[in-house]
Amino acid sequence: MSKRSPSPVLSARGLEVDFRVRGGRRARAVDGVNLDLAPGEILALAGESGCGKTTLARTLLGLVRPSAGQVEYAGRPLAYSTGALKSYRRAVQLVLQDPTGALNPRHTVYEAVAEGLRIHGISDNERDRVAEALARCGLRPPERFFLAYPHELSGGQRQRVVIAGALVLEPKVIIADEPVASLDASVRGEILALLLRLREEFGLAALVVTHDLGLAWSIADRLAVMYLGRIVESGPTEQVLTNPRHPYTQALVSVLPDSPVDRSIILSGEPPDVTRIPAGCRFHPRCHELASGAAEQAGVAEACRRTPLPVLGTDPTDGAPAVACHLHAARLTPTADSPK
Amino acid sequence: MNTPLPGTPDAPRLTSVRALAWQRRRAAIGRFWREYRQQRAGMVGLAGLLIIVVLALAAPLISDRDALDVTQATGDRLQPPSLEFPLGTDETGRSVLLLTLWGARISLLVGITATLLAMVIGTLVGIAAGHFGGWLTGLLMRVTDWFIVLPRLVLAIALAAVLGPSLTTIVIAIGVTSWPGTARLIRAQTLAVEARPYLERAKALGAGHWHQMTRHVLPNVMPLVLASTTLEVASAVLAEATLSFLGLGDPSRVSWGSMLSRANSSGAVTYGAWWYLLTPGLAILAVVLCFTLCGRALEAVFNPRLRGR
Repeated sequence: MSKRSPSPVLSARGLEVDFRVRGGRRARAVDGVNLDLAPGEILALAGESGCGKTTLARTLLGLVRPSAGQVEYAGRPLAYSTGALKSYRRAVQLVLQDPTGALNPRHTVYEAVAEGLRIHGISDNERDRVAEALARCGLRPPERFFLAYPHELSGGQRQRVVIAGALVLEPKVIIADEPVASLDASVRGEILALLLRLREEFGLAALVVTHDLGLAWSIADRLAVMYLGRIVESGPTEQVLTNPRHPYTQALVSVLPDSPVDRSIILSGEPPDVTRIPAGCRFHPRCHELASGAAEQAGVAEACRRTPLPVLGTDPTDGAPAVACHLHAARLTPTADSPK
Repeated sequence: MNTPLPGTPDAPRLTSVRALAWQRRRAAIGRFWREYRQQRAGMVGLAGLLIIVVLALAAPLISDRDALDVTQATGDRLQPPSLEFPLGTDETGRSVLLLTLWGARISLLVGITATLLAMVIGTLVGIAAGHFGGWLTGLLMRVTDWFIVLPRLVLAIALAAVLGPSLTTIVIAIGVTSWPGTARLIRAQTLAVEARPYLERAKALGAGHWHQMTRHVLPNVMPLVLASTTLEVASAVLAEATLSFLGLGDPSRVSWGSMLSRANSSGAVTYGAWWYLLTPGLAILAVVLCFTLCGRALEAVFNPRLRGR
């Protein structure tokens, strides 16, 4: 399943999203992201709060219009007309973090799951479709849940209802924004197993937004690490997590239990501010390699502070992780100025 | 999934889902009623309202419309309460009791229709202002503010004067002047509902504005609208009485406000005809009190945090 398909089902090309913040300043939540999601692939998007991963997910769903770049579905750029968006939304579905909030408390499970069908005017076999979607999500027998209200269900059951509501439209891609962050540890495993099973059975591709690298490890084929609106490292999950190359990824991985990084790196400095993105490498004010002088030794310290890094491409041809780091580039090809 | 399983007819199963949904709805209404019943003041208000409404509806059965005809009045001028006229007579010899009974019809009719008008305008403006952002919200809210700062009574008098005295005029004058409070209330609630993740989910499912507003926002602001309506009826009845008292009502119909107006102009005060002034006054008080009690009880049921206050 982790084989890369030549034609991605969903991709982002040079995506940029700006927000106007108080005081007329512009905040760039997403600053040049290239991303490919192959059919049947699970891609985890990791990063700390405020790095723009939720904005990226919302942009991929067409809920936010990018300021530059484009979202492509099945090779075609996404159009933002009402009709085009509506048909796009049958194919790409959202699963939210908090299933309690994601379900209207006044709607029964049946209404919540059938909502997508009703919006898209699919009226044949509504009941069977709803029943099947619920059954696929492990709510069996589905008839028992039809008339339950969300408050009568457990957190795990609610999230299953949300996933069933997405599945009933038979989408090709599910974008899950922290799908298990608000669930108990025991339920968490069940929901993740459900996502994996749906991928196996229906070839569903998924983009899972998370701050939890452990979650990425357990379900994702590929992992993209985001920092301040950009992807700083991406590649097969196993490679990224067992051999993190970007200092930021190293820091994230170093605090996991059984970390391959021998010492835990605690990030210092201020949390990133999207209205003031640092010059040069955007991570350099907090970079431990720069602070410890490792970058100086490799002769890239000046580049770290001054030279902006290119936006990472989508597809490392050799399957190796792509890394946006001057130091890493210098170590990889000591003679060349830049690898790309 | 696209083809139904053999031997499973679709229609009867669908109706069973609907029947079950109805059952759930009935159960929900039953739950609501059980909670409402615990509000003692609300029950008193409801009982009072029922009595008043039944009396108003039964007025044609109790007495002939001719009882309101000045030329067929049987009593003397401003006769004090007696067995024949339990609440005395007015300056033309008509029974104040019958006048009050018939007046209830107009007062309630105007109060309720004007409130419905105000609620429809207020809910539409409130939901639209909460749902769509940008210049439309700015425009709608400025208009709302404009109506709020205008003195309601003066505006209603001006409207009634321009449109000419009739029942419709009074309904419009009250309805058009009493929606801004509701609009602000509904807008605030709409904003709260819009921030909920299920709206985001609906958008991601492909829901348009209409679907979002009718399926998600409206059902969630409806309880508030209902409670607000009940409270608003009370002030609409008062407004009707005020306008009629000022002589802007339909002169051919008896309402409590017009009764007070006639009592005032016919010198009932100097004559000491307390029955003529007190009866419509107490009737207004009773209706306003009942609607307020019901409205407060509804608010308490819909918003449990208010209970016991």
